[in-house]
Amino acid sequence: MAEFKEISPDAPLAAKAMNWVDNRFPASKLYKEHMSEYYAPKNFNFWYIFGSLAMLVLVIQIVTGIFLTMNYKPDAALAFGSVEYIMRDVPWGWLIRYMHSTGASAFFVVVYLHMFRGLLYGSYRKPRELVWIFGCAIFLCLMAEAFMGYLLPWGQMSYWGAQVIVNLFAAIPFIGPDLALLIRGDYVVGDATLNRFFAFHVIAVPLVLLGLVAAHIIALHEVGSNNPDGVEIKGPNAPKDAQGHPLDGIPFHPYYTVHDIFGVSVFLMIFSAIIFFAPEFGGYFLEYNNFIPADPLKTPAHIAPVWYFTPYYSMLRAITGEMAGALGIIVIAAAVLASRKLSGIFKPAVLVIAIGTALLLGLLPSIANWIGLVVPSAGAGIAQGLNALAAPLAGVPFLGDVWNMLIKGIDAKFWGVVVMGGAVIILFFLPWLDHSPVKSIRYRPDWHKYLYGIFVVNFLVLGYLGVQPPSGIGERVSQLGTLFYFGFFLLMPWWSSQGISKTPPDRPVFHGH
Amino acid sequence: MKKLIFSLIAALGLVAGAHASEGGISWDKAPDRTNDLGSLQNGAKLFVNYCLNCHSASFMRFNRLKDIGLTEKEIKDNLLFTTEKVGDTMKAAIDPKQAKEWFGGNPPDLTVIARSRSGHGGTGADYLYTYLRTYYRDETKATGWNNLAFPSVAMPHVLWELQGTRTPVYEEKEEHGHKVAVFKGWQQLTPGTMTPLQYDQAMGDLVGYLQWMGEPAQNTRIRVGVWVLIFLLGLTFVAWRLNAAFWKDVK
Repeated sequence: MAEFKEISPDAPLAAKAMNWVDNRFPASKLYKEHMSEYYAPKNFNFWYIFGSLAMLVLVIQIVTGIFLTMNYKPDAALAFGSVEYIMRDVPWGWLIRYMHSTGASAFFVVVYLHMFRGLLYGSYRKPRELVWIFGCAIFLCLMAEAFMGYLLPWGQMSYWGAQVIVNLFAAIPFIGPDLALLIRGDYVVGDATLNRFFAFHVIAVPLVLLGLVAAHIIALHEVGSNNPDGVEIKGPNAPKDAQGHPLDGIPFHPYYTVHDIFGVSVFLMIFSAIIFFAPEFGGYFLEYNNFIPADPLKTPAHIAPVWYFTPYYSMLRAITGEMAGALGIIVIAAAVLASRKLSGIFKPAVLVIAIGTALLLGLLPSIANWIGLVVPSAGAGIAQGLNALAAPLAGVPFLGDVWNMLIKGIDAKFWGVVVMGGAVIILFFLPWLDHSPVKSIRYRPDWHKYLYGIFVVNFLVLGYLGVQPPSGIGERVSQLGTLFYFGFFLLMPWWSSQGISKTPPDRPVFHGH
Repeated sequence: MKKLIFSLIAALGLVAGAHASEGGISWDKAPDRTNDLGSLQNGAKLFVNYCLNCHSASFMRFNRLKDIGLTEKEIKDNLLFTTEKVGDTMKAAIDPKQAKEWFGGNPPDLTVIARSRSGHGGTGADYLYTYLRTYYRDETKATGWNNLAFPSVAMPHVLWELQGTRTPVYEEKEEHGHKVAVFKGWQQLTPGTMTPLQYDQAMGDLVGYLQWMGEPAQNTRIRVGVWVLIFLLGLTFVAWRLNAAFWKDVK
């Protein structure tokens, strides 16, 4: 137990009360550690506002969400009507609902920008790996939260979007169909699905989300914030004043609180302009089709997820049977290259795993198709041969299925799911993928900047293609985009160490106002 | 088995219907009348008299019409046909089972129809304004009616007495080496009780009402929004100066 502090009986009442609390709960200590004596670098720029904004939007979502649940009914027969009831009959219900629906999109806008800031200035590098990992987990939770929340208005897009995504899980070998059943709680998306998604959306995921946000901030305050120069202000060699506070840092409160109030009010202007003047945002924040109640018998002509999922949705759609076959070849080529330096049992082991993966990716049928493009009869012959090869073990439980998958590959839909999930999971490994000698983009070789630029453009193009109905050219572009996205991360250990970096300054660059 | 085949055919028909509604001609711009109380009241009258027989607006309460300048007594005396309480929602008298039998599907709820029909061609109001003005006689259809904005529509031309009957006039044109029929205009076959100009005006009112009904708070929203932004502008200015004051001495 900490020392019990006595205070003069003549002290003001407020001081006595605070002393009473501090002897029982570290209120002043927490306030000092996280606010008044949390030293943040002075040289934060525009990009550093998005963390605070994400917190603000989280609070907006929770508060508006609480009020929405007071009138929302998680019942397939009543859900759509209850949302319209909120929009019409609940006083200011329309405002609460628009705040929540716009908040969902705003959340992704600020989180994407917040993550990009981390990417630019190397905020995930040692010792901030856990800050980054908690952040990625928050992003993953946010996606689950958004996906399940989107079902709740029970419009056509809600319904069919959930139907399409849950059906994807059915493509997982062996457990897929049962897993999809477990998620839906029914054979199609229905009342049971709506009820469980409601439970996850309003309590389960938000609890995890809040825990992760707390962990994210505790980890950040433990190691200290990074800055645009990527130079540590609290390191052993960093200059400090007589009290041991970093000279290049400044107390979070009041300096960054006033800074953030300014940022928040600018953000609120944009946020409010959308809520009050364009809440549908041209059909991107509230989709037009979602004003039609869910109808399990009428499939909309074009089903697309909400804009913030579309880059990943594009990657999912990019994985056709042909693309999976091409990935199979890439896997084998990568394994051959990577195993050159390995010795002993590792070399054949890596190659066997790679060939197995390539076969599961449907390498053989793809080869049959490619040959068929040149010599149709030969292609058909190989395809027939594959059928014959798979036939003897057909019907044998498990073994027969595995054999069939090796010969014919697993459904490309499954690999689409793997790629879509992998595109998010790969972010977790960023701290160990980046081998650049400097943290910040400012001191990296110029061509790194262009590479980051292409990465952003690629991500936006994938997002755009995900909104569009499928097309031949779009598919090719999204396949190239997917390869670039994964190449950017998987080849990062190599390319990030190439080129000549500039020497970062000893102290962050800051010019007083 | 027979049943299964029939339902499959029916399902295909529905899908074809959904596609058809995506096709059709380009949409005309609907007049914006959501602020014009006279027009909205006229639109509400047309809506209750013509649409509400088959279509419901089950999320819209009759007494919400007070927002467009009607008194509770006026609503009771002139617009309440299907119910007795002004606090009730606008439910059509039609039996859903019979509706399905007659039209092949339930007439959609119209509460938020104007919001749901927006698309690349324009706003939902534009679509409705075009749709309500492009019915024509087509003896090949079961109802005897067809529509340019929604080809093979299941709904007959309910307002034909007002508009009269018309037929579209096409012009043959050469495009990329193919002969295509391009829509040129209308030919009036029999006159309606309204002149074409009056009919367009009436449809503008009806669409204005549908648009207003889709989101009765839409004009309040904009009015409030202006004040919110004025406040935030002030707040931003104060926050900006406050920030500058605090950071003035940071070197």
